[in-house]
Amino acid sequence: MSVELELPVLKPTDFASDQDVRWCPGCGDYSILAQMKKVMPTLGIAREKIVFISGIGCSSRFPYYMNTYGLHTIHGRATAVATGLKTVRPDLNVWVITGDGDGLSIGGNHLMHCIRRNMDLNIILFNNRIYGLTKGQYSPTSPLGQRTKSTPMGAIDNPLHPLSIAIGAEATFVARSIDTNINHLGETLKRAAAHRGTSFVEVYQNCNVFNDGAWDYAKDRDTKADTTLELEHGKPLVFGKDRDKGIRLHGLEPEIVQLGKGINEDDLLFHDEKAAEPSLAYLLSRMRHEDGFPEPIGVFRSVDAPRYDALVNEQVELATKEKGPGDLDALFAGGETWTVQA
Amino acid sequence: MSTVAESPSKPVETLIEATVRFCGDSGDGMQLAGTQFTTTSALAGNDVATFPDFPAEIRAPRGTKAGVSGFQVHFSSEEIFTPGDTVDALVAMNPAALATNLVDLRDGGILIVNESAFDKKGLELAGYEANPLEPGGLVDLEEKYRLYKVDMTQLTRDSVKEFGLGTKEADRCRNFFAMGLVFWIYGRSLDPTMRFIESKFGKRPDVASANTSALKAGFNYGETVEAISTQYAVPKAELAPGTYRSIMGNTALSYGLIAAAKMSGKRLFLGAYPITPASDILHELCKHKNFDVVTFQAEDEIAAMTAVIGASFAGAMAVTASSGPGIALKGEAFGLAVMMELPMVVINVQRGGPSTGLPTKTEQSDLYQAMYGRNGECPMPVIAARSPGDCFEVAQEAWRLATRYMTPVFLMTDGYIANGSEPWKVPSAASLPKIEIEHPGPAANGEKFLPYKRNERLARPWALPGTPGLEHRLGGLEKQDVTGNVSYDHNNHQSMTDTRAAKIAKIADDIPAQTVDGPATGDLLVVSWGGTYGSCVSAVRSARAKGKSVAHAHLRYINPMPKNLGDLFGSYKKILVPELNSGQLRTILRDRYLVDAIGFNKMQGKPFSVAELVEIINSLA
Repeated sequence: MSVELELPVLKPTDFASDQDVRWCPGCGDYSILAQMKKVMPTLGIAREKIVFISGIGCSSRFPYYMNTYGLHTIHGRATAVATGLKTVRPDLNVWVITGDGDGLSIGGNHLMHCIRRNMDLNIILFNNRIYGLTKGQYSPTSPLGQRTKSTPMGAIDNPLHPLSIAIGAEATFVARSIDTNINHLGETLKRAAAHRGTSFVEVYQNCNVFNDGAWDYAKDRDTKADTTLELEHGKPLVFGKDRDKGIRLHGLEPEIVQLGKGINEDDLLFHDEKAAEPSLAYLLSRMRHEDGFPEPIGVFRSVDAPRYDALVNEQVELATKEKGPGDLDALFAGGETWTVQA
Repeated sequence: MSTVAESPSKPVETLIEATVRFCGDSGDGMQLAGTQFTTTSALAGNDVATFPDFPAEIRAPRGTKAGVSGFQVHFSSEEIFTPGDTVDALVAMNPAALATNLVDLRDGGILIVNESAFDKKGLELAGYEANPLEPGGLVDLEEKYRLYKVDMTQLTRDSVKEFGLGTKEADRCRNFFAMGLVFWIYGRSLDPTMRFIESKFGKRPDVASANTSALKAGFNYGETVEAISTQYAVPKAELAPGTYRSIMGNTALSYGLIAAAKMSGKRLFLGAYPITPASDILHELCKHKNFDVVTFQAEDEIAAMTAVIGASFAGAMAVTASSGPGIALKGEAFGLAVMMELPMVVINVQRGGPSTGLPTKTEQSDLYQAMYGRNGECPMPVIAARSPGDCFEVAQEAWRLATRYMTPVFLMTDGYIANGSEPWKVPSAASLPKIEIEHPGPAANGEKFLPYKRNERLARPWALPGTPGLEHRLGGLEKQDVTGNVSYDHNNHQSMTDTRAAKIAKIADDIPAQTVDGPATGDLLVVSWGGTYGSCVSAVRSARAKGKSVAHAHLRYINPMPKNLGDLFGSYKKILVPELNSGQLRTILRDRYLVDAIGFNKMQGKPFSVAELVEIINSLA
């Protein structure tokens, strides 16, 4: 066994790079950055072992502001870059920072494949339902009818639900949090970091310049207890300011019920993030505010499954054990040879 | 025990060289027949060069011209560089194969046809109105060639009867019968093929025995049938002493990558997406995981390339292998790699384009793409392999340049050398050049790491994640020199643009001077690059043997070019640039050297014939 190296005690400020943060004042990204810097020292991982990788978009500037190794790559490809890096260096702790446009539009394919391979890394998708860096076009998560710079008469394509996509791609860890709900966000990032395999976290993030208030219903002090539902493993789905409402299963559909009046918590749907089948997590991911449901936050799903980066290196070890370490002379002279005498 | 007839019962005529082509339906096993004949000829000591030619469709409708697959083998007692212009012996397994291949058979050549396939249906599928094997057609085959009509189907069935195979399986042994017959004609041993059958079909003893039996039946047929009156011998070639094997370009390239990884102490990471004709590199490398080789079959070409960038940042020897359409998809990522100044190798096994083009046919039309196919001022070194065996060396050279100059490097091959094979002198691992790579160690306390501080070659340091104190961020936004911080400063952008260009140009200090095959001055200099080497060297030497004043310069380094290249041009009255494109290298040469180079260009999905090059040389010198 290797000697346990003592890690220096780090503070959040040790994770701040020397670069000026250039997001718009009031952007939700600041809060996520602050939580990330706070979470980092708690992970027990040496700073030089941490790599942040992003694509293109406002959120993708993130790596520049972290004093770790980092790559600010090209639009949509962060998950693929991270896959190559993690495959050859499974010892590194990898974070992918992406957005709704970067991750679900131009990078949708890589996102799906990274998740299904269960690469051991963390994907944090900042969802602000708009293209901010290109100044206000609608995104794949913009609601139907939304008027933006590129949809003056309203968006006509159905939005994607990031968590449904992740679950459909066989995600082993799926969670949701909110930029301003800082304690919840910090805890969710820690849970993501602790999970082995792809951790997919959607963060409701406010773009105060191009889509201000998109998540107000989920953030507003007066309404959030009724519009969100905090998931807890093994607990019934209860919500509401007075915690008097719950989610019950009606056939294959969720329904909102009033507690009391003959309905008690035992009648409700119980959350099980360890469920082998993703049906429950998927059902939760489909509960939308516009349909009158509270939107769940917290960990939807957290299960163990084999990871590509581990398996690929196990195959290398196995091949080396079976065939012995590669011998170039034997490789070159493989097949039929003949000798020409001097 | 040798199966070669030791006291031949028929006269043996000795030849300097011969070219044989097997052709038939895609399902007829012609690639196998060709490969076996190649191995056998190589083992017999000949120099060999091959040209597999197959359709893009996996199984085009049986018996049609679209489904014809061929394999040509040129074998010689002298040094050769090409698979041969014309064919001395053609084996046609069906009418469609005859219809599409006869044009290449020389007058008086041997024509072996599977007569049983020339039935009404077969003739119709091939578009023959009358049976070409009968006299009285447009061409009297009997008169023009040495035609041997062999009922291969029946003879094969008879030869495998005792093994109890169904008709379909029995007919699948036909290619071995054809091989046996050709082996007899050229006095070849059956042993290598029998060993092959044993290793390939060992688990199905009935199939193994049937194939062996068909092979021997073909051989004995040649021995017995009176119509076939002569045997030919092609003696050993005088190759340099050493141990040889036959190698295909994609295999040699894969070995070169493995060697480069080993000689630089790196893990080899291949990020790839299946594409013809590059997939065999993925297939080959994934077999050698015990060399610490990691292959990643990505979800698409872009992921393959961007994963390579991630693997390079992480410290591996990172490589991607693709062909034109895939290279096009990777274009944006090349720009990122250039901006990040990370080392990696990008292999383009070129095929006919544009778009899907001719996936299984060869071409050299992606040179502009390699040179210029990126947004912004985005220079990348470009080098090219000239033959199957040369791929081995060029792969190592690509990695050497990539690491010394911290840059992605384009390595160009093409479908012709990727699938073609030649004898390869097996190198010893001890003789391989070491590739030295330095990574900066942990930073001293408080010292600030400067990721874009350059060395004398203008290369920046390759600092690996996991090294304390060297935490840094790379990205596609313009970098400030030295610090690597994002910079929008206009003067910095000018200087970084200039520096990136100067760094690649500096590689010219690190590559050998251009050599010339032939006189140092003269009437004509033929300048070529890539897979046309064989045809060009053959044509130039042949023209020179007939008294022409012509020399040949074959370029391995296209960007940058050897420093002495421009001066060489001044020593010849004319410059000829033959290319399998519309003149891409020629344009580059004209641009760089203001030289009035003449083009000779062909876009037919096949290599140059030596004859056509000799003709153009003769018209200029």
